Amino acid sequence: MAKVKIISAWLDACSGCHMSFLDLDEALIGLADKIELLATPITDIKEFTPADVGIIEGAVSNEHDEEVAKKIRANCKILMVWGDCAVFGGIVSMRNLFSIEEVLDRYYHTEGSICDKIPSSEDIPPLIKVKPVNQVVKVDCYVPGCPPSAKAIHYALAELLEGRIPILPSEIMRFD
Amino acid sequence: MTKKIVIEPVTRLEGHGKVTILLNDKGNVNRARFHVTQVRGFEKFCEGRLFWEMPLITARICGICPVSHHLASAKAGDAILGVKLTPTAEKLRRLIHMAQYVQSHALHFFHLASPDLLFGMDADPAKRNIMGIIAEAPEIAKKGVKLRAFGQKIIEMMGDKRVHPNAAIPGGMNRALHHDKRDEILSQIDEIIADCQFAVDLIKDYCAKNTEVVTSFADFKSAYLGLVDDNGNTEYYDGKLRLKDREGITLEDNVAPEDYLSIIEEKVEDWTYLKFPYYKKLGYPTGMYRVGPLGRLNVADGCTTPLANKEFQEFKKLGKNGIVQGSLYYHNARLIEMLNCAEEMKSLVEDELICSEDIWVNSNHINEEGIGVVEAPRGTLFHHYWVDRSGKMRKANLIVATGNNNLAMNRAVSEVAREFIKDGKVTEGILNRVEVAIRCYDPCLSCSSHALGHMPLEITICEPGGSVRQVLRS
Repeated sequence: MAKVKIISAWLDACSGCHMSFLDLDEALIGLADKIELLATPITDIKEFTPADVGIIEGAVSNEHDEEVAKKIRANCKILMVWGDCAVFGGIVSMRNLFSIEEVLDRYYHTEGSICDKIPSSEDIPPLIKVKPVNQVVKVDCYVPGCPPSAKAIHYALAELLEGRIPILPSEIMRFD
Repeated sequence: MTKKIVIEPVTRLEGHGKVTILLNDKGNVNRARFHVTQVRGFEKFCEGRLFWEMPLITARICGICPVSHHLASAKAGDAILGVKLTPTAEKLRRLIHMAQYVQSHALHFFHLASPDLLFGMDADPAKRNIMGIIAEAPEIAKKGVKLRAFGQKIIEMMGDKRVHPNAAIPGGMNRALHHDKRDEILSQIDEIIADCQFAVDLIKDYCAKNTEVVTSFADFKSAYLGLVDDNGNTEYYDGKLRLKDREGITLEDNVAPEDYLSIIEEKVEDWTYLKFPYYKKLGYPTGMYRVGPLGRLNVADGCTTPLANKEFQEFKKLGKNGIVQGSLYYHNARLIEMLNCAEEMKSLVEDELICSEDIWVNSNHINEEGIGVVEAPRGTLFHHYWVDRSGKMRKANLIVATGNNNLAMNRAVSEVAREFIKDGKVTEGILNRVEVAIRCYDPCLSCSSHALGHMPLEITICEPGGSVRQVLRS
């Protein structure tokens, strides 16, 4: 059987959901025969190419994140989002209570910081209001949790490998 | 004609970053920069929250070293309460911290960095990852997976979850360690120590067989910073700050972590979201210093445990005055630390006191400022909080491990780009070398942007006017 091709990205996130994927431990070794990781944060292929499953961790919080979300969507048949940031906006959406200027001002003008100018060059993308992924592109499958447990991720992947859209059983559906 | 090369995203790191390289008309490197392209705003959005919540909020800065933020935050909370921990609470915090070192160092080495070393920097990018290691070097992959799983299981045992555990609170810990759990750790620890020794032997063997690469790759001098214990030995949870210069001369010693602002300042540059900490007395950018495994071993006089100390003494001989400078030696130092931490875990769980239920002290007092500092796997981590009299956060200042290395990572990128890119000739292998240089520092970009995600790689060659002439992707 051909391997299921996977592409993934982490947007505004802590990488904890991808860490939970690595926490599959021995099961990871078992998956090596069934899945093929194309462009992901833990491999060296940089450009998204057509894949069966796209996975996004993290909220959309700058213009670059929006582009990445759209690129993944355009290249995958099924888009699965991992973790509370991608599902709801998560912890970083607490930032939406403040203006972007206030957020940057607090970080750069503080004890011991020498700041002539708040960074704004074309090499770094401007911040936007934090959004969950489904406010930017269509999402087919949600795996919440902060992060989702390795068990939840394994379950979701196994279901997809069987050709089903996963519906998480209540015992592994967690929101923290 | 000027060309601009962009590497984006840089992969097998934790966080969002990219590299830009400007070439001059001869096709040689004019300027190379490492950009952190994300900022999340934890310092702002924690305002108004109770300091009690901070260990759980700040853990979300990073999914790789959440325990470090969790503990630095709890320590800042201890200072706000003005309490001293019970011996058991401190031991439990050390235990979960050591478990994190084992998982994080194993992850970095086996899952992220080893493909470059085992397959070579020019190997096919499609196999240059953990799945490639599983396929071609399964025995090594299994050791890596096992070491990481061991650390993660202990974190889960102590804090319910492998990533973002809930274990430390201001004043102590929120649960005791049951004897059964202690015995479970104890029954496995000797095997884990042996696996850590295997990892050290593996990297030593690589260094011995690749002396030329290891001693020349991104090799440059800098100062080093880290915590040491009262005897000058490695210390990851507490201790005092020590800073040595590039020749091994001690510039600062015995600095209380609360006084960090007396030695560190941070500069803001327009082209990256990540600030540049530097040693205040030498100024910017001369005051560049490095932290993390290499920094800690360079400033320390010894390791606290026998097997690691033996390796440490041997390692110190690789450099003049005990200062080892090549960036690839970070991997060597990292694995010696992993051994050190596994041995530390053994002595922690052998102590009966670790199972005591005396794990928390409270106080009715609230200090309006608190500072918590630990050595995170990637380097010194500072949490500085200001609260009002009810304990609500007024402000936070965080300096994360990877931030400390920002100047050094830029320097490493520049060194490697200049060495390998000549006459405009650029290959995927060369670009990967640029990433390898960054990977040595194991930068946790999630942390540094309080915020960075991961790093892709793309190189754009631009005309002087900025129009794109050629795009190379790896």
